Amino acid sequence: MTDHFDAIVVGAGPSGNAAAYTLAKAGLSVLQIERGEYSGSKNVQGAILYADALERIIPDFREDAPLERHIVEQRFWMLDEQGHMGGHYRSDSFNEEKPNRYTIIRAQFDRWFSAKVRAAGALVVCETTVTALIRDNHGKVCGVRTDREDGDVYADVVIMADGVNALVASRSGLKKEVRPEHVALAVKEMHFLPEDVIQSRFNIGEEEGVVIEAMGSVSVGMVGTAFLYTNRESIAIGIGCLVSDFAEAQVRPSFLLDRFKAHPSIKPLLAGSEVKEYAAHLIPEGGLKAVPQLYGDGWMIVGDAAQFVNAAHREGSNLAMTSGRLAAETVIEAKSRNLAMTARTLSAYKAALEDSFVLKDLHKYRRLPDVLHGNKHFFTEYPRLFSQAAQTMLRVDGVDKRTKEKQVRKAFRSSRRVTGLIGDVFNIARAWR
Amino acid sequence: MQTITGKVEEKLYQNRYLVDEGRPHIRVAPHVKPSEQLAALVKICPAGCYSRTEAGQVEVAPDGCLECGTCRIVCAGTGEIEWNYPRGGYGILFKFG
Repeated sequence: MTDHFDAIVVGAGPSGNAAAYTLAKAGLSVLQIERGEYSGSKNVQGAILYADALERIIPDFREDAPLERHIVEQRFWMLDEQGHMGGHYRSDSFNEEKPNRYTIIRAQFDRWFSAKVRAAGALVVCETTVTALIRDNHGKVCGVRTDREDGDVYADVVIMADGVNALVASRSGLKKEVRPEHVALAVKEMHFLPEDVIQSRFNIGEEEGVVIEAMGSVSVGMVGTAFLYTNRESIAIGIGCLVSDFAEAQVRPSFLLDRFKAHPSIKPLLAGSEVKEYAAHLIPEGGLKAVPQLYGDGWMIVGDAAQFVNAAHREGSNLAMTSGRLAAETVIEAKSRNLAMTARTLSAYKAALEDSFVLKDLHKYRRLPDVLHGNKHFFTEYPRLFSQAAQTMLRVDGVDKRTKEKQVRKAFRSSRRVTGLIGDVFNIARAWR
Repeated sequence: MQTITGKVEEKLYQNRYLVDEGRPHIRVAPHVKPSEQLAALVKICPAGCYSRTEAGQVEVAPDGCLECGTCRIVCAGTGEIEWNYPRGGYGILFKFG
């Protein structure tokens, strides 16, 4: 094995695979290092695949990628202890030739993506953990140290795609340690059911899928959301809350998940299922504020390691793939012009991100993490108030409707006061702008 | 109303691990009294790896670790935890992820 490459990619999740594939496809020599037994064996996601981001890398991915169901219906639920209210959007237009979103199972999907990376010509080395960066005399990053014997390898540029914990970059002093209020801890289970049971339970056809996003009483006062995604013959169910909130409230994550599963709106959907896995993972939720320096002499950071998650829209894997692709394209462009991989050269990566939805969206929602963190009543009071309002208006009990409307208004006012209500509308509108 | 146990041992039983015997990837520094953060891990570690000894110290048994990093981040400021990824190939092996 030669020990010098055009590029080394640390990690084989969506961002690392996107980077390694794009680089190898362009004819560059690429070494990709993954600590898991295979690409995907350490990776956890809900998981939704956003076709657009992958299509820009592998246009015909639908031909052989392991896709579960394309999503035809999105349900947004606000939960109180007894039930839920919310909105659903379902459309037959999602049954298109090239669907927009799919549920996937990451261990399978990442393995498929990794096979594409190898086929494109990259050298993929698994079961190897990168422990440090290697720098030359001028301080430029020129390789990585691994936990293999004689495990030093060198490259013109190192792309760090090692996930949310971003150990390589933070231990090299290239980024600050992740803060507890900037990440959510999510726990998840895989529940297996026969395909036809899932279809009848969710009122969907053979390839069709449903997404449920839920908030409210399930997070027991913490900032967090829960989800349920339909796969072909399994259901992924999970819940995540800010690590800082977990630390303060000292709630057991497994308890929180079991409580969500036992909710009267959720329980019948899972009845009779067989659980085959329990996983936990951190999700970057700090938004733009948490994004570190993205490049330097001989290095770039992509994906979750760069905290690229749009928490408001539950998007992450598409930001990961796009950032991986843009980092790779920056290297390819620099190579073609014979430029050294200096910070100056690699600053084109950040410019490309700013020009894409990745940093545009993070910029748009830059105020949201602080607003939600400082206003927990969005996760407690409002779901309760809306549910109560629905209950009041729907229950026919001889009370006239004007009196019922008064009761609803009074409940909102006594909970949040008029100033609080106006402030909440203002804060959310401003954070969403 | 049913009782919800949230028993994590039963959940971990479903998972696949390759344990690196004798080389724990997480260590708790010797201490007399744990910090608030370290004490919180007994509750919030999603794999229930942390427990209290009778003398009140916090200890870790990382065999069932899901490698999420929560403990690492919560205790980053206290320096009570030494945290590394397991050696390549060891640790949790997600079947689905």
